[in-house]
Amino acid sequence: MRIEVRDLGYIYSEGMPFESVALEGVSFTVESGEFAAVIGHTGSGKSTLLMHLNGLMKPTHGCVLADGIDINEKTKEAREARRKVGLVFQYPEYQLFEETVLKDVCFGPKNYGFSPEECEAKAISALKLVGIDPDVKGSVSPFELSGGEKRRVAIAGVLAMDPQVLILDEPTAGLDPKGHQDILDMVKKIHTDRNLTILLVSHNMDDAARLADRILVLDKGHLAMDGTPQEVFSHYDELHSIGLSTPSASELLHLLKQKGLNVNPNIFDEDEAAEEIVRALNNK
Amino acid sequence: MSKETVIQLKDVGFSYYTENEDGSLNTDTDVTMKHSEKRMALDGVTLDIERGSFVAVVGSNGSGKSTLAKHLNALLLPVSGEVLVCGMSTADPENTWEIRRRCGMVFQNPDNQLVSSVVEDDVAFGPENLGVEPSEIRRRVDESLKAVGMYEFRKKGPHLLSGGQKQRVAIAGVLAMQPECIVFDEPTAMLDPSGRAEILKIIRGLHGQGKTVVLITHFMEEAAQADRIIVMDQGRPILDESPDKLFAHAEKLHSLNLQMPFGASMANKLAARGVALPEGIITSERLAECLCG
Repeated sequence: MRIEVRDLGYIYSEGMPFESVALEGVSFTVESGEFAAVIGHTGSGKSTLLMHLNGLMKPTHGCVLADGIDINEKTKEAREARRKVGLVFQYPEYQLFEETVLKDVCFGPKNYGFSPEECEAKAISALKLVGIDPDVKGSVSPFELSGGEKRRVAIAGVLAMDPQVLILDEPTAGLDPKGHQDILDMVKKIHTDRNLTILLVSHNMDDAARLADRILVLDKGHLAMDGTPQEVFSHYDELHSIGLSTPSASELLHLLKQKGLNVNPNIFDEDEAAEEIVRALNNK
Repeated sequence: MSKETVIQLKDVGFSYYTENEDGSLNTDTDVTMKHSEKRMALDGVTLDIERGSFVAVVGSNGSGKSTLAKHLNALLLPVSGEVLVCGMSTADPENTWEIRRRCGMVFQNPDNQLVSSVVEDDVAFGPENLGVEPSEIRRRVDESLKAVGMYEFRKKGPHLLSGGQKQRVAIAGVLAMQPECIVFDEPTAMLDPSGRAEILKIIRGLHGQGKTVVLITHFMEEAAQADRIIVMDQGRPILDESPDKLFAHAEKLHSLNLQMPFGASMANKLAARGVALPEGIITSERLAECLCG
């Protein structure tokens, strides 16, 4: 599913003393099957933007189109389009509530009126996709799982609704390095297995560079940059001026360059960066 | 106990499970684990924390880090062994309030820690509960807010602040109690990189002023700034070293699902490619100095 955001604007508490502009003139298109990362300083409007993508918030200006349908229309098609955009909030495991893992994942499809058998089939398929064995864990309470597992179950709950677009707001927050890596591997697998359009909000530039085909940079409610990781992360000064950075490898290379070592700073992979440093040292 | 030790743990054991009379398991309400894992969350932990030191505690999820932290100011009491804070046992309820005053705690979620609708009221909450004189409260509140750079926000509502600013207010609230030791339980987990840097700078500053700091974290870059890093695994401290020594155990850390700080990992990659580098490099800055110096 293709997501098109046209001249999107949102003002909090419009006309009130606390009025503040959260988004202004944001336009971009994420093509079907694309993996886009959204980065931006806290307060840049990332969360506000996400909530517009499945109609949780209505724009004060502009519109959001899903495969050409304005999702904020009061039509059946618009409602259907909103359903196809799955949103995974930060710390989604706080939303688990059912008695068993399987029941929890069934909750979404059940509300959309699917039969119990259909719900269960969807839930089982979703659990498998997130790497939770439904035969082993399906009947246990979601509260008996580890932090990383809980988060997977919560994500399965969104996947069970068969979204075509999956939006994840910092899905690795609070996890240890292994849990962090596992969740990202899972997101990558979901992207390839189901060919979903993915929007990933991340504070981690290394993750954004490694996973995304495309990076959207938000700053003070505006879309500051939009391009491939290679394009976006080559704007070192501009990113730093809005409180962001480039991937760790690139940060190091910039530091070396400032100190007079003749390296190409626009390398984001650790091993490639190591090769580049060795090359530069040999040419010194 | 030597004068220099602020916190002492003696063979501390703790489990979130207690057995009912019939032998079935009774689980603590807010912590849940697999029933098959009826293991000890802390399993014979013995360690001393010296006055004025900066100790980081790392370990994968479920290794016992937070359980350990909660023992340092009597939020949890050991099932076996003993925890002494400034010489007082946490097991004695008489000591609880004094221990919590001496050893303050800052948690992960800033929204769960602020109780008042005005920043300065929130900071005053602690000393007010201790029955401190109003004029002294005023002085402590101003001083604490200045220490974390939030004085100009004193009349604001906490809901208008960013996550990093809220954490700074939470730290000011602890400072107003004039503690000797502050335990930070993943204070930056919910913050963005600039918020994290803000909090780390304050933590380093507090340590510089002589406060004892215990920092629980998943971020090795943060742990690397401590004098000492304790690695927890299955309820036990399994490594306890200075950062430069610890990061020499690359494989061991990897097997514990811990990550090397970027600078240290890069230094290893370069060394493997034949670049001569001194040992103990942790930060990118130091690595750059060594390469270009």
